[in-house]
Amino acid sequence: MADEPLLRVEDLQKSFGGVTAVDGVSMEVYPGEVHAVIGPNGAGKTTLISLLAGELRPDRGRILFGARDIARRPAHARAKLGFARSFQITSVVPGMRVLDNVMLAVLARDARSFGFWRPARNDPALIRPAVAALERVGLAEVAEERAGAVSHGEHRQLEIAMTLAAEPELLLLDEPMAGMSAEESRRMTGILEDLKGEKTMLLVEHDMDVVFALADRISVLVGGRIAASGAPEAVRADEAVRRAYLGDEAA
Amino acid sequence: MDAGLVAAQLLNGLQLGVLLFLLASGLTLIFGIMDFVNLAHGSLYMVGAYFCATLTEATDSFLLAVALALPATALVGAAVELLVVRRLYRRDHLDHVLATFGLILCFDTLVQILWGPEGMAIRLPAWADGQQHLPGGLVFPTYRLLIIGAGLAVAAGLYVLVVKTKLGMRIRAGASNPAMAGALGIDIGLLFTLVFALGAVMAGLAGMMIAPITEASIGMGNEIIITAFVVVIVGGIGSIRGAFVAALLIGLIDTMGRSFLDMGLKLIIDVQAAETSAPALSAMLIYILMAAVLAFRPQGLFPPKAR
Repeated sequence: MADEPLLRVEDLQKSFGGVTAVDGVSMEVYPGEVHAVIGPNGAGKTTLISLLAGELRPDRGRILFGARDIARRPAHARAKLGFARSFQITSVVPGMRVLDNVMLAVLARDARSFGFWRPARNDPALIRPAVAALERVGLAEVAEERAGAVSHGEHRQLEIAMTLAAEPELLLLDEPMAGMSAEESRRMTGILEDLKGEKTMLLVEHDMDVVFALADRISVLVGGRIAASGAPEAVRADEAVRRAYLGDEAA
Repeated sequence: MDAGLVAAQLLNGLQLGVLLFLLASGLTLIFGIMDFVNLAHGSLYMVGAYFCATLTEATDSFLLAVALALPATALVGAAVELLVVRRLYRRDHLDHVLATFGLILCFDTLVQILWGPEGMAIRLPAWADGQQHLPGGLVFPTYRLLIIGAGLAVAAGLYVLVVKTKLGMRIRAGASNPAMAGALGIDIGLLFTLVFALGAVMAGLAGMMIAPITEASIGMGNEIIITAFVVVIVGGIGSIRGAFVAALLIGLIDTMGRSFLDMGLKLIIDVQAAETSAPALSAMLIYILMAAVLAFRPQGLFPPKAR
């Protein structure tokens, strides 16, 4: 990892009232790596990803994307710079077709025009990348179905397709396995493994099997601070991490 | 019952329904997408009417006046969103109601200062000011037929805009999940301003279309906006299709009720009781419908699929 980091977080802090959810977090994500953030409930993972995605403004600190500090830019501006995020709670438009949802993601990233009156549904510039993204996540067969009608696992696959469709530099994945069956979780792990090496990913995930299967590096968030950061084996072996987080289960 | 009278009242009901749709479509979009209760929507209806009246006098052309008044009303709507409404999205509905009630008072006072307390009539051009002989011997004012046609055309255009175009795709995404839309790269702030301006244009158009019949007057929007809210609730908050169906339904029920309820009542109760109760009851009909919808189908007739 001799490269410059794609994303560098410096001393990031966010408090809600008296509670400091993210307390001086610094970390880097390098191009091409899968960087997982783990931590117990309430460790500040969701706040961290919201700060990175631009839904929250930090009280302090910098978020450098390339050379630019984007800590105070709104979410839609970050999306245009190449951030794509998935949500912990399924976020698709249920009334639209599966394909339309992905086309929306292509359309939304398109910085060139707000394209008011132009018809959307038959525009090949939208359809082609959308279909490619659906094929990538194995959803091509349900492209014409209403998004509200497909299964939970397929919803999460659709979300990944939506993040891919925008051809992002960085995928922010907020618990992509949440609420999935073992079978769905295996399929999703396969999809993410397939993307590994090609896309840079920051993955927040509870499922330790998934994290250790996918991550090149792991940062452990405890009480809003990074308690440890490094290769999976090193993190697994870290005494402080085991005590604070992994507990008996991983011992 | 006289068939010609029934047909004429059906057309009157349709015309009221079309106006209600123009008001309610913006209201339901703003309510559904921004979760914002805008009592001042009726003020934009009034502003549209006054712009149109002044411009008709200035240009001596009703059509040109409408064409100029539409973008002017859009600008007023965008300004209201940027200066006032934008600060209120995060507040609760009671604050929306209080603030937009304040806006109504401001608009009414501003109009009084700028245009005076008297209403303004709009004279129709000759081509719109006659009667049409319809099949079946029915005679109906040309202008009211034009209102119906224009309203239906706008409804069709709005449908195409929302369902087929790129802007519509963004609007539906923003309505379904604003956080997701933002993460995808949609500028929600800009989208909200556009939607508010679009709602203002349609409310303004309704005001412009009715003004030649009723004249532009202070507070003209304050009664019809209540009916428009009934339309939004009956149709399903956020649903344009629901607003369309509910607007026509309520326009027809209100008009037909006021015309024929006494006759219907006379068949079941004695004549005197029917004559005294019919006017009160007919004014209540749409609220009875709303209560029934709320009791049996609280999400409205067409809850938006996107939710």
